[in-house]
Amino acid sequence: MPQLTDLADAIIRGDHAQAGALTREAIGREMDPKTILDDGLIAGMTVVGDRFRVHEIFLPDVLLAAKAMYAGMDELRPLLIRDGVPSLGKVVIGSVKGDLHDIGKNLVGIMLKGAGFDVIDLGHDVAPEAMVRTAREQGAAVVGMSALLTTTMPVMGEVVAQLRAEGLAGTVRTVVGGAPVNEAFAREIGADAYGFDAGNAVDVVKALVGRR
Amino acid sequence: MSDVFTVAPEGVSPDRDAVLSQLGIPAGTGLSDRIEGLYAQAIGVLAETMAPAGVIAEIPGGDFDAVYRGEGKNAPATPVALIAPRAERVALFAVTLGEPLSRAVAECFAGADFALGYTLDALASVAADAVACLAERRYAQSLRDLGWSTPDGAVLRYSPGYCGWDITGQRRLFAALRPEPIGLTLTDSCLMQPLKSVSGVLIAGPRAIHRFPPTYDFCARCAERTCRDRLAALFGGAVQ
Repeated sequence: MPQLTDLADAIIRGDHAQAGALTREAIGREMDPKTILDDGLIAGMTVVGDRFRVHEIFLPDVLLAAKAMYAGMDELRPLLIRDGVPSLGKVVIGSVKGDLHDIGKNLVGIMLKGAGFDVIDLGHDVAPEAMVRTAREQGAAVVGMSALLTTTMPVMGEVVAQLRAEGLAGTVRTVVGGAPVNEAFAREIGADAYGFDAGNAVDVVKALVGRR
Repeated sequence: MSDVFTVAPEGVSPDRDAVLSQLGIPAGTGLSDRIEGLYAQAIGVLAETMAPAGVIAEIPGGDFDAVYRGEGKNAPATPVALIAPRAERVALFAVTLGEPLSRAVAECFAGADFALGYTLDALASVAADAVACLAERRYAQSLRDLGWSTPDGAVLRYSPGYCGWDITGQRRLFAALRPEPIGLTLTDSCLMQPLKSVSGVLIAGPRAIHRFPPTYDFCARCAERTCRDRLAALFGGAVQ
């Protein structure tokens, strides 16, 4: 399937126009949408992720690749929905109430989508009730929370507590991150995991979903 | 003394190595053409959208003590608690790059221009710091203009959220400084808006008062260690 190799290469190069065109071409040839996704888009992002992990490329390169993947996904999404192709899982993310920083959270969302997750990004300044309600209504596997201020970190604990109160702990797993957050804080509030950066967050979420 | 000022965008030069470091790119790394292009594009957007402004207001040392104590949440021992009493002059300050820049970053992400948005955000963080440096120099110059002539005198800045000064200290700082004329406000969670802003205290005195070892409890958890860079710049060499 040389055209899917080309598609993966377009993702790796961060060539969004080419990625969109090659995805359209593959669809036009009536290739299986799940195959286009796995062997084209995700295959390309996997190479990008591997190169990023060994510092061969840097975050801006990953983000250029992500834009290319989005261009492909824009073409493919309606077909994946039509065919009922499941994602790796739904992840609700947001910067917690009181926190308006969202670059780190955005990076996590971009990388999770690149890995094949269905991401529901609630934005910033998100109330605990909104996170819990969305997780319940959407059947999310994971809630990811970001905070960049010590004053807003406690909100993460409120989300964990509300999930517990609604009987969702264990069904909806939680991961926390952000500059002032660490492993010890995650344990202290009862979160399931801590992600130290966007790349690590993807690995952590994969592990959380895998052990459900 | 109270001083509200603006800075022409061309007067703000974000340090390239600092920006690359923010982007996770080690110093000395050769950049690909596409990343160089991205960097140049982000510089252009930064120049178009930032509107640097600042405010500096002197405060008596005793009044600063009350501002610094804030809501009583500072670390038990902090460098500023030792440095401020030895200061000759103290001023509160705040600088901002303005709201349009924050909107530009958000629009990049909304439009899937992630790499540009991320690069612009990193540039803006370093640019905000550069404007804070300008505020330091501006205050030092204004003191010299008024006859401040301490041998080996220097001005250095310290900010809530760093070096044991709890972020809730922003509330009293903002109440005393009133930076609204430059469009800067504080949220309930002590977050400055626009986001790309810096606030704190400018402490003027003999250079030596600023030297402190990175051995406080909070130093062990600090990943930034920018205090070392700033002291190195002040003392003209590496400072341990």
